[in-house]
Amino acid sequence: MSIVKLRVNGASHEVDVDPSTPLLYVLRNDLGLRGPRFGCGLGQCGVCTVIVDGVAVRSCLVPAAQLQGEITTLEGLAKDGVLDPLQQAWIDEQVPQCGYCHNGQIMTARALLDRNPNPSDAEIREGMEGALCRCMTYYRVQAAIKRVVRGADSSVAQVSE
Amino acid sequence: MSAGLQLPRNIEEALYRLNPSTSRRNFLRCSGALVLTVGVSTIPGAHALAVIGDLAGPYADPDYRQLDTWIVIHPDNTATFYVGKTDGGQGTGTAFRQLMCDELDIAYDHTSLVMGRTDTTPDQGGSGGSDALERDGWPMRRVAAEARRVLLQLGAEHFAVPVSQLTVSDAIISVAADPARRISYAQLVGGQRFNVELSGQNIDATTGVAKVKAVNELRVVGQPVPRYDIPAKVDGSLTWAVDKKLPGMVHARNVRPPVAGAKLRGIDESSVAALPGFIRVVSRGNYVAVICEREEQAIRAARELRVDWQAPASAPFPASDALFDYMRQATPTSVGTPEIQGDPDAAFAAAAQVISADYAVPFQGHTAIGPAHALADPSDGQMTIYSNDMKSYRLRTGVADFLGMPREQVRVVYMDGPQVYGRTAADDAGFEAAFLAREIGRPVRVQWTRAEETAWDTKGPAYAFTLRGALDADGKVLALEYDACAADYNHVGYNEPDTVLVAQLMGRRPARPAQGEAETPSVMYAIPNRRTTTRVVGLPLIWETPLRAGNLRDPNGPQVTFAFESFIDELAAAANADPVQFRLDMLAGSAEDGIHRRARSIAVVQAAAEAYGWDARPAPRTRLAAARDEDEILSGRGIAYTFRNNTVAAVIAEVEVNRQTGRVWTRRLVCAHDCGLVVNPVGLERTIECGMLHALSRALWEEVQFDTQQVTSVDWLSHPSLRHSDTPESIQVVLVNGDPNPDRPDLAPYGAGEGSHKPLIAAVANAIYDATGVRLRQPPFRRERVLAALRVAEV
Repeated sequence: MSIVKLRVNGASHEVDVDPSTPLLYVLRNDLGLRGPRFGCGLGQCGVCTVIVDGVAVRSCLVPAAQLQGEITTLEGLAKDGVLDPLQQAWIDEQVPQCGYCHNGQIMTARALLDRNPNPSDAEIREGMEGALCRCMTYYRVQAAIKRVVRGADSSVAQVSE
Repeated sequence: MSAGLQLPRNIEEALYRLNPSTSRRNFLRCSGALVLTVGVSTIPGAHALAVIGDLAGPYADPDYRQLDTWIVIHPDNTATFYVGKTDGGQGTGTAFRQLMCDELDIAYDHTSLVMGRTDTTPDQGGSGGSDALERDGWPMRRVAAEARRVLLQLGAEHFAVPVSQLTVSDAIISVAADPARRISYAQLVGGQRFNVELSGQNIDATTGVAKVKAVNELRVVGQPVPRYDIPAKVDGSLTWAVDKKLPGMVHARNVRPPVAGAKLRGIDESSVAALPGFIRVVSRGNYVAVICEREEQAIRAARELRVDWQAPASAPFPASDALFDYMRQATPTSVGTPEIQGDPDAAFAAAAQVISADYAVPFQGHTAIGPAHALADPSDGQMTIYSNDMKSYRLRTGVADFLGMPREQVRVVYMDGPQVYGRTAADDAGFEAAFLAREIGRPVRVQWTRAEETAWDTKGPAYAFTLRGALDADGKVLALEYDACAADYNHVGYNEPDTVLVAQLMGRRPARPAQGEAETPSVMYAIPNRRTTTRVVGLPLIWETPLRAGNLRDPNGPQVTFAFESFIDELAAAANADPVQFRLDMLAGSAEDGIHRRARSIAVVQAAAEAYGWDARPAPRTRLAAARDEDEILSGRGIAYTFRNNTVAAVIAEVEVNRQTGRVWTRRLVCAHDCGLVVNPVGLERTIECGMLHALSRALWEEVQFDTQQVTSVDWLSHPSLRHSDTPESIQVVLVNGDPNPDRPDLAPYGAGEGSHKPLIAAVANAIYDATGVRLRQPPFRRERVLAALRVAEV
């Protein structure tokens, strides 16, 4: 065990863990965060995604001790009590089913829009490719991202009754 | 007050604890009648809930025959509903509130809902079978209507006027002729018990005296109320079952046999005893787990533990490549009674044209995005399991049996978790956590790994089919033979203490394996001569196998409908008929049933075709001169239809097939869907969409692969799933009400969790045929399989 220093959602933390401990377990079990979740431990599904200095990172793989930058988790996206536009779009579009993977969906989308604020449909698909959802909410995830990028009218909802 | 007329005990405790100055005795003695001043402070539902989580056992069964078990009116004139269901993310919880709000006459925003806690909510069985609204919504509606009736009666006594002179809106009762005379529900019974007994032979039949409202009186039902659970799921504030922590909690990881059927010979505990945080290795039979103080320590210890296993003498199963040959040759474990209509042999003999085809569907897994997990707390001689088990009540009963504990000492607290399309009906982790917690006397959290979940979760049964059809000279279907063989022997039940994986590994067995089933098609077609035969086969290894057949979303429907509706398309092509018209012709000649499935089937097929803009022509499109070109991309459309219990659905898929790569992209999906009364159109549309896409993943990607020793599908590379790039460009849902009397006052809601899932694979296969002229008879339609078929057909 050794002292690992982390900056998470604007606050500094020191935790006493084995330095090889993946960031995910420190965030969840030492800092009590609930956004990043375990999905595969292999970096394949994105459920554990956090943003480190603007880059989407799979927290199940990276050792906590290796991180120097500012870590943002799902809990840290809201600013001054106002949800991130993506989070709001997720509510407006009623995106999740079970919702378990949506930390990965939202954090991956946030990092995508941070580097490309106006992605094309193809760029959205490409940028989100690594974020798996087993309830298959992909269509609504993409709709919610388009909502943020292009406004509510771009929502793909097509329902006739 | 008669014995047993109590609030749910823990809620009563909660109310009492929140305001100890209220005499518990007086509180209990409140009759519920004319109590205008309530001696308890305002109790937000959430606060009360936070308290009840801490209560010690034993835990009596909530009595479904008591109105107080279902509904509590709080002093702030809000209400909490307690229902014995779970919501896997299809929005059923929101729909339950809508149904109950309408019957109780209370604003949606003034209510909350508690689900699936065995100590708090009456046992409605949790979720499964898409029966949330179809079956379980009814007792909820009736008890809410009864609560309204009782409140109106109290109001009538209060104002000394007949009930007929009262009106009620948003939980306020007023005198119709003098609206200034008004009283709230809370003033009548806030924070107190109704003390009203209900009747009904079982929980599904629970009822009071009041009747439910007619459909045209419903106001909240039919509205696109946003799901209450979504905000906390997107801002990170929800406490999921994976998040639950307790003081002194430790972490366990399982160590599975490296090959199926291996026997434990020995464990070298010294290989991990010196690792940091190590607590214990626990083993019994072939079940092995490692427990450590911290999660990453348990992961490491499970990896480094040296275990000596003896491989079985014979192969536990054929390799997945040889599965269907094995199934077709295996001696059945059971054979269904053949169903014969008309004289199929004579019809085939007289046919102008006979075609036949074999189909196959592999084992497909749940492969939940979050592997199995649970936390069990053995404190105070009780056992509390925090779990995302969709059938939490059966987990309680199963664990009590498994551990030999009285049911009253076991409870399950249902919390949100990853998708529950049948996987958590056999909640392996819940049993394991409870076992380990009792072994070491501390709260234990069990978390399965990705490889463990993908390899060892329950599987939808593999099927092999043979279909044969006879057409007359006019292209009408004279006869159809359907033969289905399912690898479904020893299909695991719901949280059974002798079939969950840990019980199997410990050597516990039921008296005999479950028989399993091979299902028959669900269509309303008029086919005069039919022969339907079914059989079930088992794999060589029955127990302790990673190929455990279990319920996966509509357990047999996607397989059966894939084969049957593909073959109907083959018949249409042989008859040179348009696939939509071919189906409509067969529906036109069928007899109606008690729930108008014939009329509703015709309505959904027509609605899907209309929404898609279907132009009538035979498939494949390659028959058209215009399609005979050198395009890299071939496009086509396909339809499939079925019913799932009382719900009918038709799906049209439009695909693009890449000739060079074999990639299939489903560009567009249309689903016409009739599930009767629509409680929440947005929740319903999302469920229908995702049901289709889940089946699209099964159509394009999913197959459990194995060699003759073990499952080799262990992660998202070896077991691919649908991804963002596979998503259709357009999904259109058409909500159909095909009832001949669409305004009927008693229109019922039917299940929607599986209806759109069921026909999708067939629709995609039919679209690929339309695009290419190549018939794919075995999903998944991965590009290498598609490309090989295109090459053979020289497309």
